[in-house]
Amino acid sequence: MLKLHYNLEKVSMGLVGAIIAVASVGGLVEIAPLFTIEQTVVIPDDMRPHTPLELAGREIYIREGCYACHSQMVRSLADEVDRYGPYSLSSESAYDHPMLWGSKRTGPDLARLGGKYSDDWHVAHLMDPRAVIPVSIMPAYPWLTRSLDTDLIAENLATLARLGVPYDEAMIDNAMADARAQSQPEADGADGLRDRYGDDITVRAFDGDPSRLTEMDALVAYLQSLGTLTDAAHEMFAEDKP
Amino acid sequence: MSTDPKELPGADPHTGNRDIDPVTGYDTTGHDWGGIKELNTPFPRIALIALVLTVIYSVITWFLLPAWPMGRDYTRGLLGLDQQEMAKDHLRELAALRETWLGRFETPDFDALSDDPALMAAAMPAAERLYQDNCSACHGRAGGGGPGYPVLTDTHWLWGGAPEDIATTLQVGINADHPDTRWAQMPAFDWMEPDEISALSTYVAAMPSGRADPDSEAATLFVENCAACHGEDGAGGMMNGAPSLVDGAVIYGQESETVMTTLRNGRQGVMPAWTERLSDAEINVLSLYVARQMEDSGGDTATGAMQ
Amino acid sequence: MTMTATLTSTERRIGFAISAALAVLGLTMAAVAKSGPMAVHGAMALVLGVALVFHLGGALYDHPEPSNRRHAEYYDAPTRFGIVMTLIWAVVGMGVGVWLAALMYWPEATPLWPGTSYGRLRPVHTSGVIFGFGGNALIATSFYVLQRTSRARLADAVSPWFVLIGFNLFCAWAATGYLMGQTQSKEYAEPEWYADLWLVVVWVTYFVLYIRTLARRAEPHIYVANWYYMAFILVVAMLHIVNNLALPVTWGSGESFTIWSGVQDAMIQWWYGHNAVAFFLTAGFLGMLYYFLPVRAQRPIWSYRLSILSFWGIVFFYMWAGSHHLHYTALPYWVQTLGMTFSIMLLVPSWASAGNAIATLNGAWHKVRDDAVLRFMFVAAVFYGLSTFEGSFLAIRPVNALSHYTDWTVGHVHSGTLGWVAMIVFGAIYSMVPKLWGRDDMAWPKAVEWHFWLAITGTLIYVVSLWNAGITQGLMWRAYDEGGALSYSFIESVEAMLPYYAARTLGGALFLAGAVLCALNCGATMRAAGDQVDEADRPLYTQPAE
Ligand code: HEC
Ligand code: HEC
Ligand code: HEC
Ligand code: HEM
Ligand code: HEM
Ligand SMILES: [Ca+2]
Ligand SMILES: [Ca+2]
Ligand SMILES: [Cu+2]
Repeated sequence: MLKLHYNLEKVSMGLVGAIIAVASVGGLVEIAPLFTIEQTVVIPDDMRPHTPLELAGREIYIREGCYACHSQMVRSLADEVDRYGPYSLSSESAYDHPMLWGSKRTGPDLARLGGKYSDDWHVAHLMDPRAVIPVSIMPAYPWLTRSLDTDLIAENLATLARLGVPYDEAMIDNAMADARAQSQPEADGADGLRDRYGDDITVRAFDGDPSRLTEMDALVAYLQSLGTLTDAAHEMFAEDKP
Repeated sequence: MSTDPKELPGADPHTGNRDIDPVTGYDTTGHDWGGIKELNTPFPRIALIALVLTVIYSVITWFLLPAWPMGRDYTRGLLGLDQQEMAKDHLRELAALRETWLGRFETPDFDALSDDPALMAAAMPAAERLYQDNCSACHGRAGGGGPGYPVLTDTHWLWGGAPEDIATTLQVGINADHPDTRWAQMPAFDWMEPDEISALSTYVAAMPSGRADPDSEAATLFVENCAACHGEDGAGGMMNGAPSLVDGAVIYGQESETVMTTLRNGRQGVMPAWTERLSDAEINVLSLYVARQMEDSGGDTATGAMQ
Repeated sequence: MTMTATLTSTERRIGFAISAALAVLGLTMAAVAKSGPMAVHGAMALVLGVALVFHLGGALYDHPEPSNRRHAEYYDAPTRFGIVMTLIWAVVGMGVGVWLAALMYWPEATPLWPGTSYGRLRPVHTSGVIFGFGGNALIATSFYVLQRTSRARLADAVSPWFVLIGFNLFCAWAATGYLMGQTQSKEYAEPEWYADLWLVVVWVTYFVLYIRTLARRAEPHIYVANWYYMAFILVVAMLHIVNNLALPVTWGSGESFTIWSGVQDAMIQWWYGHNAVAFFLTAGFLGMLYYFLPVRAQRPIWSYRLSILSFWGIVFFYMWAGSHHLHYTALPYWVQTLGMTFSIMLLVPSWASAGNAIATLNGAWHKVRDDAVLRFMFVAAVFYGLSTFEGSFLAIRPVNALSHYTDWTVGHVHSGTLGWVAMIVFGAIYSMVPKLWGRDDMAWPKAVEWHFWLAITGTLIYVVSLWNAGITQGLMWRAYDEGGALSYSFIESVEAMLPYYAARTLGGALFLAGAVLCALNCGATMRAAGDQVDEADRPLYTQPAE
């Protein structure tokens, strides 16, 4: 062995080959089976992808770096289930490119946030967290009241569709209209939107002003959708009530 | 230690180098990289032992726990553990532990419950935590409310302050997405003339102090438009969520500026429904907690409902 | 000596052409993107390209050729540039770190401009210190070490500049991109697709240069430091490419979606993230340690055999350990078990390298006492041992149940990065700067001693306060009362952190003060450059050895 190594040390390309070979094993063994073992991700029947507005909100969540302080992954530990709700299933982030599980909880987990607070509260909190939670250390995001940039909404859906997220033609073609409709409960587009994404989605003037489509609309729509894309986790707990 | 190179272990087998290092007594491998040399110190046994120990630990772990992928499946491990089942088991244990006190809250016989000091001692700290994690964001950490969110520690209630009423409020929410939610809307009076709105606001702002002029034009406007919900005397419509405008305890504020905003845009505060997030027993614990909190700050649960 | 003065006229012409190409690339990017971060980045590349065109163009013909003696000297001008960039990024990256630390108990201080908000600044800190500070230090020292351990001059004079300037352009794109809200959100791989692609080009050039220079070595055996530098270059390339595979939304938008999703994305992300620690923050720095420590202590490496065990152990075991970042998550249990067990086995090669470094100091302990520079390296080795022990401990599932998501992780990170990475870099810088600027010693030798104590105090305050913070946080989150009800609300845990966050800010400020002192000291040394040449410090051959 030592002799072998002693000789390897003299051949630079040999060392290169050996490093690549030795370093590749771990990744191959751990990653490849995640694609082949079917029970790794079982997509529930009621699972829906994000609506265009929620997706735009997700991009803002990423842009502002909320994931630096908030996880979206309830671990399978009793205290986390007690505090946040059912532990996260792999299917729940199956359409997420990238996933936003996070690695730090400076603030609480957000995986089951949808429906916990009102839109107004979210707006007030994002505008100035200390106005509602005096001891909060979360930064304020007053600039979210600016108009939402919708240039890429359809392309975003199309790109994700190419990566396997189940967005169909109609969803892509109507992306822009759907984004507006979701924030204008009175407008006509809401029915089409519900046809495409199901009745469970929320259609509201998230920022309180139906006349303007703002970044706040998108972000709050996204926050209200967290944990609501499928009922699988809740059903699992209901079936076998601990 | 001997310094005779021939007696030393680990001399370089290839170079036979005997370039002895005076400090350690070992020779070097004979290479020189711009002045750096390496000693031929034999492999320290402790490193080998440590390696073997960690490998043994790992192999045992692999046998006991789910570990290795096998094509379309993976080894389950002799212990047959599943992290999600383990979490559920732990939750079941906790539920059993909670059964002694939380179980009693499944039947909302609030009088009997609050008469049991031992039970209260166990339940109220738990309720406090539930309150802080779920409610304090809106109603404040001490129940003091805030602009847009009602105070929970006073005696003024929109929907009733008895624990039963509070429990219903928690279950169905107010303007929430629950099918039976409590419904409360302050319509927008944007069709009114600006001077009417302004007069009405001044009138409403003066109501708590009793200085509102009952003979003014604004008073007529009030009777015509607002009394349906807020009552002729402005004391509120019990159980339709319209707050009393004479008791000084409103949600959004009663300065004429704020009232003007209320009139122009209307109001429809949302209180989420909690049935999906909290169990019935937890909701009952919380209701009692909220009712008692109010009691502690001087109110009376029985008549806490809007006077 | 400036860059141009060290280049022949042919080399200048090649450099000129590459700079012009960079300007064209920048112009194209800006034109395709029209607006947004990608356009700004195009403009940055354009300005840099044009500046280089003028710089080199002005010296294309009428500049004296470097003397022929240059083949008998190492090519250190790129290393000098790399050191300057290391120091600049140190101050920027750690400055942002201290600012972030302050914001965590003083959030009102955030100016209401999007670019200054915590979530956007955090990756400026992580990329700034890991890539800007750490990366420049790695590239600069790798050139230095490679030449000296090979006794050969760098294989050519243009590619080292391309690597360093290209890498710094990447870092600048990264940092400015985050401020403008451009990010892929993958931790330590946040830059967008075009920056990722650019880094691939830079990295391939780096690898080719490395191998070509190594081929000229005088000693048939390749020294351990170079194994590590090579592992760093190769594995980082592998990780970077796989983790960053993404589909751009449109060519001009500078936005993309990673091709991976959900649980597979999580696994690939932390396979990358953990091994970014292993091969960026560890392997490369072990290369640094393996050169500067024995040279400074003037001692041979304690055990060649142990070096072999630790090298291959690190290369093999580390790659399995990434799943310890995902314990108890929706990642299947079996992967977690593998991550945990391999992290435990990993401790052996890690401690083997720390032990090897410390044992190398046998016979030189008086130097450790007297020489702050060597003390930096010794402390680095100790913290390397501590943080890897802590890492293996945190990788145990039940321990991770407590530590994950808390500030304990951040404490662990900084015991590794402040105690190990930054200390070894400072040791290396203080070793190289006087030599490279032709002097006996640093301009202010006493300041080195000051820096050492600032750094060690700062690190200890930082790490100890965050241990307390993290463990408190973890215990509060999971505390149940006798009745089986959770004891604390989340917000109570936030409040409990504040004193620790304040202490951490103080620790960080001390550490930053040391780094600033180092930069000033280096600046003074550079300005007073002498002309001492160490005659022993010369290449032997320019012929390939293989
Ligand atoms: C510096 C860290 C930090 C950043 C960055 C941050 N938050 Fe927070 N967040 C907190 C803390 C601490 C809390 C708990 C106190 C509070 O509720 O304000 C919190 C609470 C929240 C809550 C309430 C959750 C609950 O269940 O009570 C939401 C929603 C939220 N944040 C969303 C966001 C969004 C969206 C962003 C990005 C635009 C963001 N946060 C960025 C630290 C942060
Ligand atoms: C998203 C913010 C929000 C959260 C979280 C919230 N509430 Fe409310 N709550 C409200 C608002 C707004 C109202 C008043 C609704 C209205 O305008 O009529 C209200 C009303 C109430 C009322 C009725 C008061 C009355 O006068 O009758 C009670 C009781 C109450 N909340 C208790 C709770 C409890 C207990 C919790 C936690 C489980 C909670 N709330 C969580 C926003 C919230
Ligand atoms: C359809 C019933 C209805 C009518 C008519 C109505 N209100 Fe209201 N009003 C409400 C309800 C319900 C609320 C509470 C809204 C909430 O909970 O968010 C409210 C709230 C208010 C408030 C805010 C009190 C606070 O808590 O800050 C004011 C002021 C007010 N009404 C004044 C008026 C005046 C003046 C008129 C007549 C012009 C009027 N309302 C007509 C139902 C009504
Ligand atoms: C044997 C060696 C090591 C092991 C087994 C190890 C293990 C771990 C573990 C278990 C975590 C926590 C994951 C989590 O709960 O999220 C972690 C985080 C981290 N470690 Fe280590 N560690 C080691 C050495 C190091 C060293 C030497 C450094 C730095 C130089 C380092 C830098 C980091 C960083 C940056 C993170 C944070 C990742 C993130 O969440 O963003 N580690 N490590
Ligand atoms: C002046 C010294 C420094 C200070 C004050 C500082 C401060 C910080 C702060 C406040 C955070 C965010 C923690 C959180 O999100 O809770 C952080 C994260 C981080 N820092 Fe530093 N830092 C310093 C130096 C460094 C150095 C020198 C490095 C690397 C070489 C480094 C690497 C990191 C990494 C990898 C993270 C991410 C940790 C994670 O995701 O878990 N830091 N630092
Ligand atoms: Ca992290
Ligand atoms: Ca990237
Ligand atoms: Cu790791």
